[in-house]
Amino acid sequence: MSAAEARRRPILRMIAGRLGIGVFTLFVISVLIFLAVSLLPGDIAQQVLGQSATPETVAAFRRELGLDQPLAWRYLDWVGGVLSGDFGRSLANGRPVADLLAARLGNTLFLAAYAAVIAVPLAVGLGLLAALWRGSWFDRIANVATLSAISFPEFFIAYILMFWLSVRMGWFPSIADPGASPRLAEMLGRAFLPAITLVLVVTAHMMRMTRAAVVNVLGAPYVTMARLKGVSRWRVVTRHALPNALAPIVNVVALNVAWLITGVVIVEVVFVYPGLGQLMVDSVTNRDIPVVQACALIFAAVYILLNLLADVLAIATNPRLLHPR
Amino acid sequence: MSFNPTGQGLTRRGLLAGAAGMAAAGLILPRGARAQEARRGGRLRIGHLGGATSDTLDPATYAAGPVVTAMLAVCNNLVEIDAKGQAVPELAEFEPDAEARVWTFRLKDGVTFSDGRKLTARDVIASFDHHRGADTKSGAKGSLEQVKEIRADGDNVVVFELTSGNADFAYLTSDYHFVIMPANEDGTLDWQSGLGTGGYVLENFEPGVRITLKRRDDYWKPDRAWFDEAVLLTINDATARQNALMTGEVDVINSPDLATLHLLQRRPGLQLVEVTGTAHYTMPMFCDQAPFTDPNLRLALKYAIDRQEVLDKVLRGHGQIANDSPIAPANRFFAADLPQRAYDPDKAKHYLKQAGMEGLKVEISASDAASVGALDMVQLFQQSAKAAGIDLTVKREPDDGYWSNVWLKKPFCVSYWNGRPTEDDMFSLVYARGAEWNESHWDNERFNELLLKARAELDEGLRAEMYREMQGLVSEDGGTIIPIFVNYIDVANDKVAHGEVASNRFLDGWKIVERWWQA
Repeated sequence: MSAAEARRRPILRMIAGRLGIGVFTLFVISVLIFLAVSLLPGDIAQQVLGQSATPETVAAFRRELGLDQPLAWRYLDWVGGVLSGDFGRSLANGRPVADLLAARLGNTLFLAAYAAVIAVPLAVGLGLLAALWRGSWFDRIANVATLSAISFPEFFIAYILMFWLSVRMGWFPSIADPGASPRLAEMLGRAFLPAITLVLVVTAHMMRMTRAAVVNVLGAPYVTMARLKGVSRWRVVTRHALPNALAPIVNVVALNVAWLITGVVIVEVVFVYPGLGQLMVDSVTNRDIPVVQACALIFAAVYILLNLLADVLAIATNPRLLHPR
Repeated sequence: MSFNPTGQGLTRRGLLAGAAGMAAAGLILPRGARAQEARRGGRLRIGHLGGATSDTLDPATYAAGPVVTAMLAVCNNLVEIDAKGQAVPELAEFEPDAEARVWTFRLKDGVTFSDGRKLTARDVIASFDHHRGADTKSGAKGSLEQVKEIRADGDNVVVFELTSGNADFAYLTSDYHFVIMPANEDGTLDWQSGLGTGGYVLENFEPGVRITLKRRDDYWKPDRAWFDEAVLLTINDATARQNALMTGEVDVINSPDLATLHLLQRRPGLQLVEVTGTAHYTMPMFCDQAPFTDPNLRLALKYAIDRQEVLDKVLRGHGQIANDSPIAPANRFFAADLPQRAYDPDKAKHYLKQAGMEGLKVEISASDAASVGALDMVQLFQQSAKAAGIDLTVKREPDDGYWSNVWLKKPFCVSYWNGRPTEDDMFSLVYARGAEWNESHWDNERFNELLLKARAELDEGLRAEMYREMQGLVSEDGGTIIPIFVNYIDVANDKVAHGEVASNRFLDGWKIVERWWQA
């Protein structure tokens, strides 16, 4: 028991330490984003009024939003709000940022989960098979196919899929917006094309990492030993090679899942899917700082937490990593 | 009266069944004739360009996009523009005094907001005051500067007192900023609740995603608002918009991609709804800054652009060439008899010589943020100007912040105007001395004098004459190159039908929800 405890404690200590650093990172990011948005030319008053901005209306707009206050003061005001759980209101439409984000975040997580549930097993499976049958036709075809998919820009894949599966065949809707109160089955059908687009984009990276890691381990003496004992090839891969190769795979999966949450704005636009990415781009265009800040914090938190999770999983599968030499 | 108020030369390539089209032209025919055509029920789904998550219901911030289209179905104006481009009473009958300086609007009986409250003069005053005064952030503030006082005369009459006569004031009240919303107790405007007197109530509003509208059963107009429900989806990507129409996800889209429009047209079951409105591309030059101070140089540049080529290549023919005047064929007092300026490098050279500026080098700032294809347009201009001995360099500006950092700041740039339904509004906004948006800093004595005179003149014939002279002045002496008018194009499937389409905006003057019906 004491041995197990000793093993768990360093993990807990590491998690606590990483979370602390994570909070500090979030703080630094919030300062950077705030400064960056303030450095952009124009402010929300000019952006919203556009061609119809006049000096008086812009001034009135700024007064109403408190944009005539000094930068540092506005930042402190915002930090104070966040620390007390209030993300403030959108400058553009006066709605609470938390409300704006809630629905969008749900959509984004749904799409990311949908794509990940398909992509991760697919990529790891393909990677394992490719490693198992290294140099075979299967290996080559899987490599070429996934590499081609990742080489095309996402919007191109999206348009091709839309053209064939939606416009030509009529199997799937071309618009992914699920409506105001959708049912799960409808959401799955509507979000299928964007999810598949994302699957095609992320599979190659994870598959190749899986293949490389497993191939690497397959060269180790203990694998040869297992083979000599008469263990089947499949069993060698799944029981001996994969657990030892998991650490790099988990890391790549975590990075890709993080991308699925934070980097899919183009797919959102093409399929008219109301996710966080679109919200953030709109908000940057309008210099809507509270919304940009909140989005940036969520994205940063996603990266920090997923990386932490990946490290914990890697350590769980390979406790040697806890004791770096 | 030598002018045809219907706007001669209106190109309408829309597939209108002639009889059905006429029968539905709103207020022209008695109700019986039209009721057979239009029918109640169904759902209208629009794939709309221009929505953003920053959209609000506050009319002070309206620009374009689904919110405006939706709110023109939820609310009414005092006056609306019909398919002929005429101002007709909507919520109120109107009457000017002899000098067109005091306008009396008499509210129609039996108009209620969707929560049952009766429409009163207080609501109208709050709706206009929202765009006036020192604290307003409204884009329509400038239009109301001429209003000295708005007062109620009882519950049903609103009187607008102007600083000077304006024969077109009724048109101005049809502006989409001036939708009538209920007043709060303290006289401010309650735009937050999204209530209106229109045929639809706001059911769901998710900025930048979708707006859902539901029909009201007690709408005061018996011959409007046919659909039971309307959904306005924001689809900002042109390809996605077209795909949504082709796959039947939506019934109508606006602004199709011009490059692929001919392919879309080949598809059966789709109808193109195209009108030449008042929208135009402009290239303003600061008339008070060298080298543009010389009218000869301005003329040289006007002759150095090949308008037909710009129309053919940038708009693929979906527009009309313009004559350096912002008054379009769709306007009432368009001067069709003014000679059309054409590309003429020799004349350009001649005027350049007159100005003593042969071998001129000049820079134009441009970005596609100003209008679709603006960069292509200036590149064509660069080529055609070269033949006239003008070295035009194109400065490509960032899209982001174009309107705040380039427009009105750089001496020669590209710009865009939706145009206005009246000559006076258009001229006062952009071409009058000292106007906030006088993008060319043009100041012409005679023009400014005529502007005031024509504004207060109620005799149509005299006005037509004055506006003709003013169009000539802008075209000859003005500091703005106006090469083309651009068509408003919508594409619809055959599940929806409509009457004659208004030419003042996209989507039937943005009133599609109230005016169209299911086929």
